[in-house]
Amino acid sequence: MSRSLDHLDKLENQSIFIIREAYSQFRNIALLWSIGKDSTTLMWLVRKAFFGKIPFPILHIDTTYKFKEIYDFRDKYAKEWGLNLIVARNEDAVANGMGPDKSKFECCNQLKTIALKQAIAREKFKALLLGIRRDEHGIRAKERVFSPRDEDFEWDYKDQPPELWDQYKTKATEEEHLRVHPLLGWIEVDIWDYVKRENIPIPELYFAKNGKRFRSIGCECCCGPVESDADTIDKIVQELKTTQISERSGRAQDKEDDYMMQKLRSLGYM
Amino acid sequence: MKTQTPLNFVIVGHVDHGKSTLIGRLLYDTNSLAPDKLAEVKKISEAHGRDTEFAFLLDHLEEERKQGITIDTTQVFFKTEKRRYVIIDAPGHVEFVKNMITGASQAEAAVLIVDAVEGVKEQTKRHSYMLSMLGLNQIIVVINKMDLVEFSQERFDKVRNDIQEFLDSINIKPNHYIPISGIKGDNIANRSGNMDWYNGLTFMQSLDELKNNPANIEKDLILPVQDVYKVDDKRINVGRIEAGKIKAGDAIKILPSNQETAIKSIEKFLENTDEALSGECIGFTTQDSVFLDRGDIICRSGAEPVVTDRFRANMFWMSRKPFSQDEKLIIRCATQEIRCKIEVIEKRINSSSLELLEENADKLENLEVGEVVIKTKKPIAIKKFSQVQELGRFVMILNENIVAGGIITELD
Ligand SMILES: Nc1nc2c(ncn2[C@@H]2O[C@H](COP(=O)(O)OP(=O)(O)O)[C@@H](O)[C@H]2O)c(=O)[nH]1
Ligand SMILES: [Mg+2]
Repeated sequence: MSRSLDHLDKLENQSIFIIREAYSQFRNIALLWSIGKDSTTLMWLVRKAFFGKIPFPILHIDTTYKFKEIYDFRDKYAKEWGLNLIVARNEDAVANGMGPDKSKFECCNQLKTIALKQAIAREKFKALLLGIRRDEHGIRAKERVFSPRDEDFEWDYKDQPPELWDQYKTKATEEEHLRVHPLLGWIEVDIWDYVKRENIPIPELYFAKNGKRFRSIGCECCCGPVESDADTIDKIVQELKTTQISERSGRAQDKEDDYMMQKLRSLGYM
Repeated sequence: MKTQTPLNFVIVGHVDHGKSTLIGRLLYDTNSLAPDKLAEVKKISEAHGRDTEFAFLLDHLEEERKQGITIDTTQVFFKTEKRRYVIIDAPGHVEFVKNMITGASQAEAAVLIVDAVEGVKEQTKRHSYMLSMLGLNQIIVVINKMDLVEFSQERFDKVRNDIQEFLDSINIKPNHYIPISGIKGDNIANRSGNMDWYNGLTFMQSLDELKNNPANIEKDLILPVQDVYKVDDKRINVGRIEAGKIKAGDAIKILPSNQETAIKSIEKFLENTDEALSGECIGFTTQDSVFLDRGDIICRSGAEPVVTDRFRANMFWMSRKPFSQDEKLIIRCATQEIRCKIEVIEKRINSSSLELLEENADKLENLEVGEVVIKTKKPIAIKKFSQVQELGRFVMILNENIVAGGIITELD
């Protein structure tokens, strides 16, 4: 008998450990599901952690500008996996016509961050599971696994709590909530390798059609496709091994201004 | 083809000795940089009025770039022909030692960087000491900025001897001492043409020699209970196996209650399995209906950790507010969480100079190490750090924050 854990097994186990830690400490938590490949992978891990019966809600922040494929995918699997799905919108901002044509910064802030704030206040969540990864963006590389946000949602990146030996900051004061990041140590290729191994369904947008595909999906207006013929996971993995272009290069909010991501994040953006 | 497990290593050393630059150089030399990232760094370097600063690849916070320092630990990924790596960059400034520890606690190996001009400084020593506390024993020392000392062998030998003397005193035996220039690339990926007197490995070769932490499979079983779920009327206990392995039918003992029973089933979603190894997060049920709770430790009769309420430890205080001995703390060791007090602070030690500040002290200040006796309110299952790290290390909680880390040195 010489069974041993390979790289994906180790990542999977580490993530499940973190997910169970979060639930054990707070009970009142939610999974933030953007329907992208990362948060869908996280969903898969959460289903494993709880033996298919997720004991907390799944939160989808709906900007109303998402791709139609995203909405269809969400509704299909919410049903198939028996999810307790909460869809949250900043209804006032939507009614007032907020959109990326006003200002990308304001649009992200209003339709994502504020909508999330409203949902947390309403549901009184103490912790949120998020599928961010360190290799996505230099700012995210600075994150902790359990990362506190104060009542204004601010991230005090200059004074983060220590985190050692899988011991995390797992208590939040009345006003705080914690962002929990079970996928922090995964890289883009790991996600694809795992999606393939586990046969995890993900939206069709990731696969090439007519010479283009999306590497990162969100709002239709702010996501550009990349040139690609990768229409299978194997081809995507192959492409990632040779590409010189970074994952979020199609994302508007990373580009506008050098520190836009930091500013958005310090206001509570994911 | 299965993906190899990457090797995690941390780069530590005094502020400005060249940690972030060395990482930038590694990424550059291994072609791990996307052109758009490199272009972004060039642009931002110009905006800050500098030549291309590799450090900006890691120092992403606006404050970090403006002040030219690293505030928080970060991780980046790269690969050589041999394997994948995760590099953990740690801040060198004294104010951010807790961030350095956060980074270093996730590493399997460490690179200690020393500036050839400045030589051994305060954080060089403190970081080394922390590495020894964290149990890291694969260490590479690089003497950086050799370009500023005319690639002098004499200077290299002097700095090497200084650092070696200190490392000896804390029982660290580095794998290699390597003269480099992070900025110019000497002895990083390619052998330097400027230091013919050096015959050792390049930095990259020394990395390729490092080994992943061995799995704890051959050790005695330790399975801390993390939680208990009710799934379709079935009570499933969950936890991560920290050492050893387990299979259905195995006799087990539960600490601290000393109850004995056997494993009835191993539970994994969508998987049929009756055996699991160290590192796996599993669910399990027991043959007798015992009620387990978070913090219980599953082990084997005859191979139990020690259950005690008093033990000795080295504890590192990392909170700006000093610790005063009458304060009650909460100790967390694996999933155990118990109130405790520090009965005696036998020694108070400066974690950089290693100077003994006081015996039988009644306080510990930020960044000081205490040799202490800990008394827990209820029994706790532990091992010596040198035996099983997972049950031999702990953190302390005060007012809901982690304020100290420590390792268990002696069981009572
Ligand atoms: N001449 C020279 N300068 C270096 C070298 N490595 C780093 N530096 C400079 O030393 C300063 C501090 O480097 P940095 O990487 O930010 O140090 P850190 O604080 O340890 O991360 C920067 O101005 C670098 O350009 C080197 O090998 N030679
Ligand atoms: Mg630095």
